[in-house]
Amino acid sequence: MPDDDAIRCDACPVLCYIKPGRAGACDRYANHDGQLVRLDPHVVLDRALSRGETVVPFLDRARDWDGNLVSGQETFITAIGAGTTYPDYKPAPFIISSEVEGVDMVTVVTEGIFSYCGVKLKIDTDRHLGDEQKIVRAEGEPVGHVTTSEYGSQMLSLGGVRHLTGGSRREGTVTCDTLLNLCNGKAVELTIDEGATVLVKANKPCVVDGVLEERMRVGCGSATIGMFAKQWFGKVDDVVVVDDHITGVLSEHQAGKLLGIPETGIKMKGRRSTPGRYFQVAEPGTAWGGTNITDPLSILSDFNPKFAWPGLRLLMVSTTGEHYAYFELDENLRPLEKNLPDPLNESVTRIKENCEPALCTVLFMGGAGGSLRAGVTENPVKLTRSVKDALTRVTCGGAPVYIWPGGGITFMVDVSRLPENAFGYVPTPALVAPIEFTLKLSDYSALGGYVDHVRPLNSIVGDEGRRHVSARPENPWPLQRGGPSRSQS
Amino acid sequence: MRETPQIRLLPDGRRLHLQDGPIDIILEAFGRVAEVEAAYLAAAQRFVTVLDELCEELTFLRQPTAPDSPPPRGVIAQRMLAAVLPYSRSNFITPMAAVAGAVAEEILGTMTSAANLAKAYVNDGGDIALHLSPGEHFVIGMVEQPRRPSLFGTMKLDSAQSVRGIATSGWRGRSFSLGIADAVTVLADHAAQADAAATIIANAVDLPGHPNIDRERACDIAPDNDLGPRFVTRNVGELTNPEISCALGAGTEVAGSLIASGLIRAAALHLRGDTRILGVQSSLPTIAVTAQTRSSVNA
Repeated sequence: MPDDDAIRCDACPVLCYIKPGRAGACDRYANHDGQLVRLDPHVVLDRALSRGETVVPFLDRARDWDGNLVSGQETFITAIGAGTTYPDYKPAPFIISSEVEGVDMVTVVTEGIFSYCGVKLKIDTDRHLGDEQKIVRAEGEPVGHVTTSEYGSQMLSLGGVRHLTGGSRREGTVTCDTLLNLCNGKAVELTIDEGATVLVKANKPCVVDGVLEERMRVGCGSATIGMFAKQWFGKVDDVVVVDDHITGVLSEHQAGKLLGIPETGIKMKGRRSTPGRYFQVAEPGTAWGGTNITDPLSILSDFNPKFAWPGLRLLMVSTTGEHYAYFELDENLRPLEKNLPDPLNESVTRIKENCEPALCTVLFMGGAGGSLRAGVTENPVKLTRSVKDALTRVTCGGAPVYIWPGGGITFMVDVSRLPENAFGYVPTPALVAPIEFTLKLSDYSALGGYVDHVRPLNSIVGDEGRRHVSARPENPWPLQRGGPSRSQS
Repeated sequence: MRETPQIRLLPDGRRLHLQDGPIDIILEAFGRVAEVEAAYLAAAQRFVTVLDELCEELTFLRQPTAPDSPPPRGVIAQRMLAAVLPYSRSNFITPMAAVAGAVAEEILGTMTSAANLAKAYVNDGGDIALHLSPGEHFVIGMVEQPRRPSLFGTMKLDSAQSVRGIATSGWRGRSFSLGIADAVTVLADHAAQADAAATIIANAVDLPGHPNIDRERACDIAPDNDLGPRFVTRNVGELTNPEISCALGAGTEVAGSLIASGLIRAAALHLRGDTRILGVQSSLPTIAVTAQTRSSVNA
């Protein structure tokens, strides 16, 4: 009966045959590339491992690792997996002591259940994804909205207590799934009311209406004119940089004037802001420069015969260099499309090269509530004050966080800086996120911490079911003094 | 390397956690301290051989049950067979459909024989056996997804009612399901009965042939699973409201007939946030499915 690639688990008399990538009946043991491994690990960040293999999955192999594992400074217990275990009990949060540079430090490790939480998505694109305030949907359910756009990026705000628990049960469940997938680095498809459908994934370019977004614009249309005017000078008579925000026209722009570029009689549609800068040349969209146009000539009126001349050379290009067209005027001053001359091809390529890769980045944002703080100290407000005073360092799965000023402990973290699958959920619905508080033992005692629950680090590291993962080199080491402080800014 | 059964008190000092292979039990007894201690000791002593007993007959217990299936040797196995026999004429079922409930009953029975308890519960991965002496009651929380403990409703069970067993089944749970129910919770007089019935009803909540439902042969996932080549639900995509109603209707019909025949007392069927509750008026006057409980977690 068993397949060739299934292995037999001998951890209990059920003796399950387990296929690769599957777990046995207990969900505790799994077949990982032909090896029987234990699941449900508690993630331990390991600095030593950063220098070697990226992940040492399970305990037996972790034991074979060098002795550096248990030397205090090199290992940091994250909260990932610390909290929930099937079916209905939670171990008390771990409170771990370790000595760092001669000072006794304590790390309080817990998984927080966040119903007040969400993600902020920054999608690097000039394409118009949807109007501000429009509803963002996943599987047809409202999960967030379009918020104020940023330079070169569209911003979405997803989740929050209103979608998680304030709407229908399905709305809550879909919102929770969406947040969880985004936080755990999985791709999610979102549809914006009267807008685009985007496929987003943390730290990857997004896909807008089926088109992969490769680069961020180099600047707005006007800025692009300023940056490239000198390179165009002498090679072309006029340039229009098409941009949904500000479309730039070389011959009218200050940069063109300074170079002595003559008037060309070009007539733009849209609303003129200052010379050579136009708002609203078209409707927002997902085509040229974040507008809805596919024919660039549609934003031009007839050339003024007083200034224009037959043979006038015109380049039209988008802010990413992705769209471009080259025209020359005929006897009747009508633009005729021609092949792009090589020197201009270079400048278009340069626009492309100067665009940064367009990424979708995901920040998790949540607020640590009363019960979570009470797990750290009997006097929760003292924890808040200690965090504000930078005596207590907050990390999320070992990654640095930004603590929002003001009341409470509301933090943001870049989900790509956490170990894999660091987030979980409960069907409240609410997200489960790791959170660690690190402070001096003496400070912990002073704020009413559970000092009698403090356990030494090496009592944890040797335990079963710990997953050792390498610390990410880009993150400050959580136990290092002067490491992640109350903000990264 | 056979792992030894794990027996420990949870950090709250009240509940006992028993784990051996796939069996994962949380139990709690109420009464005088000495009685509770005696019950826990008896539970632990009984528990250590449970998995070995079952595994001795595992091949038989994974076979489809027929009305004339011979009785197995073990007392737990016999209880499993008895629980699934009523379904064996017209349904595919194996004794494994009642394993969790039967184990819970066995442990509970050991505890109540060994000690005089006011009340007790044995929760075997969501399948629960209850003991209530006169005048006692339990408040039971309900979860939609068996793996994720969070309440969406509560119900009160008191000693005057006959219900002593609760079980939940659904495709999201640890065991495979032939149906698409997120969860079917069943109340019956005994835990093994509830366990078998929850499986049958959850299998009936289905939309055969629906394109948005991913199914896979059980044996392709777990070679030695008792469901063999039958297609089990792996994922349920988008469903329209009429489809949800249709699937729940099919399950409701089965649940209704089981209540009428006295095999179970009540059932709650959940699919995509839609809930059907049957049998509550007669036996369970106080059931509450509240939206408020959902926002209480991080208050």
